Amino acid sequence: MTRQVSSRADHKAIAERVPEGARVLDVGCGNGDLLALLVEKRSVRARGLELSGELAGTAMSRGLSVIQGDADSDLEVFPENGFDFAILSKAIQHMRRPDMVLQELARIAPDVIVSFRNYGLWSRRLSLFSSGRMPGHRLWHDEAALHPSTARDMVELCSALGLETVAMASVRDGRVGAFRDSGLSRLNWGADEVILHLRRA
Amino acid sequence: MSDRHTLPISEVKHLTLDKPLPLDCGEQLDGVRIAYECWGELNAEKSNAILICHALTGDQFAASANLVTGRPPWWSRMIGPGLPIDTDRFHVIATNVLGGCMGTTGPASDAPDGKPWGTRFPVITISDMVRAQIAFIDTLGIDTLFSVIGGSMGGMQVLDWAVQVPERVFTAIPIATAARHSAQNIAFYEVGRQSIMADPDWCDGQYLAQDKRPSRGLAIARMAAHITYVSEEALKRKFDRGLQDREQTSFSFDADFQVESYLRYQGHSFVDRFDANSYLYVTRAMDYYDLAARHDGRLADAFVDTPVRFCLFSFSSDWHYPPSTTREITRALAAAGAEVSYLEIETDNGHDAFFLEEPLFEDALAGFLKVNAGKRGI
Repeated sequence: MTRQVSSRADHKAIAERVPEGARVLDVGCGNGDLLALLVEKRSVRARGLELSGELAGTAMSRGLSVIQGDADSDLEVFPENGFDFAILSKAIQHMRRPDMVLQELARIAPDVIVSFRNYGLWSRRLSLFSSGRMPGHRLWHDEAALHPSTARDMVELCSALGLETVAMASVRDGRVGAFRDSGLSRLNWGADEVILHLRRA
Repeated sequence: MSDRHTLPISEVKHLTLDKPLPLDCGEQLDGVRIAYECWGELNAEKSNAILICHALTGDQFAASANLVTGRPPWWSRMIGPGLPIDTDRFHVIATNVLGGCMGTTGPASDAPDGKPWGTRFPVITISDMVRAQIAFIDTLGIDTLFSVIGGSMGGMQVLDWAVQVPERVFTAIPIATAARHSAQNIAFYEVGRQSIMADPDWCDGQYLAQDKRPSRGLAIARMAAHITYVSEEALKRKFDRGLQDREQTSFSFDADFQVESYLRYQGHSFVDRFDANSYLYVTRAMDYYDLAARHDGRLADAFVDTPVRFCLFSFSSDWHYPPSTTREITRALAAAGAEVSYLEIETDNGHDAFFLEEPLFEDALAGFLKVNAGKRGI
C-alpha cells in the first residue's frame, strides 16, 4: 500500500499525544493525511468522518476507514465511548454548532484534540483595530470560519461543556511549540493556531 | 448476438446441494442446483475467495461472457486482472440466485414430478437465497469469504450474509442498496408483476407446460422497473424530448420519442433472457426484505458486535435505492460500533451507476479491498 505520511508539524504534534493502538475518530479528516500518519506511527484503529465526497473517496482509496457525513448531524450515531480519542483538526470553526459538536465528541471519546486558528493573535487583533476589517477579510463571506474564536474563547467553551484542557500548544510559521498545561494568556496573544488536548472532567 | 448462444442452460457450470434447503416460508427444497462461475485461483489457505452477488436481472456471468445468451459480462469494469476486484489476487465466485433463471433452481426448473415448477415453486426470500449460497460455499470447502460484494438486490444479500454468518465474512461491500423495500419500491414491482400476470400467455403461471411465454407482460414489467434505474437528469441528457427517426410527431401511438424507443428496446431485449415467473419470485423476495424487522425495528441490533468490516456506496442520483437508504445502514453500523466506510458518489448515472464508469467508486473500493487483503495476509 502506498501511503504518503503527512509531514505537517501540527499533524506530528497531534500524533505524539495519541497512545499506541488507540481507537481514533478524526472528524473532518479530509483526504486522510492525519489518519494515515496515526496508522503508520501509532498503529491506531483509525476512523474518519468527512463531508466532502471527493476527499472521503480519496481517503478511502488510501485504504482508510471513512464515513462520508456531516459532523453537525452524524456524530450522534457513534456509540458512547466508542473511541479513545476524537480529533478535530482545523475543522471546529467551520461547524454550524461547535458547542454541540464538542459535546458529541466528549460523549464519543474521553480525550479530544482540537486545533484551530486563533483569532486572539496580536496581529489579528491589530488588524481589526486599525483597519476595521476582519482578519483575512477578503474571505470572510466565503471560506472563512463560521465561528472565528480566540484560544481563550475555546478553552472557556470546552470548560463549560465539561472538557478540561490538559495541554495546549501553539503553532506559528508551521512550527509547533511544546505542550504546556498553563500559559493561556501568552498563547492567546502569540499563537497563529492552537492545539488543545481536552479531557472529559 | 443470438449466434453466440452456445450452451443450453442445463449445461452451465453447476453443483447440487446434498442437503435439503430449509426456506423461510416453512417448506424445504431438495436437490437444489446452484449455477456458478469463478475466476482467479483459490489459494492454499482458501482465504482469498470473494462472492459476487448479482442484482434482480443479473446472473453468474459477472466477469466472463454469458455462455447461454452471449451477452458480455456485466461487471467487467470491476473484476479482472489488475482491476479493483483483482483476479490475480482473489478467487472470485458468482452464483445465480435461488429462484433465478440462469441455471440455479427456480420456477422454470423441473419440480420432482418432472414438470416445470411454475407458480408451484415456494415463495422465497433474500435470506433463502443467502442460505443457498452458504450451503454452496460449504460444498466448495471454503470456511470464510474474504469479501461478499453486491449492488442493489446483491447488496441485500451482502447484508444478509453479514447478519446470518458474520464470522464467515471478513469484509462486506453493499452497494446502492437498502435494508428494506420502501412502499415506492414495492409499488413499482407490483406494477411489473401485475403486467406479467395480466398477459394471457402467462397461463396462471403454467406457460412453460403450454409452450407459451408472457413476453408482453414481462417487457412492460422491465420497462416500468427500468425507469427507476435511471435518473431524470440522465434521461434528459440522453433523450430529452428528442424524436426517434422522424422530423415531427406522428399523431399516433408509435414510438415517436427516443425515450419510448429506448424503453421498448429495454423491454424487448429482456424477455429473451429472463423467465417471467423468476421475475415474480425474485421481486417478491426483495419486497419481503426487511432486515430491521427481525430485530424489533432496530437495524443497529442486527449488527451488534459484528466482526465484519463494511464498505458501503451510494449514488447521488439513484432514486431506486436513494443515498438516504444506504446512509441509514451506515448509521446503524456506526451505532453498532462496526468498522464501516461509506461514500456517496456524485453522479447522474442513477441506480445503474455501479455498472458504469465511476472512477472514485472504483478507486475507493479497490483501496478498501487492498488494505484488508493486507490484514488478511493475502
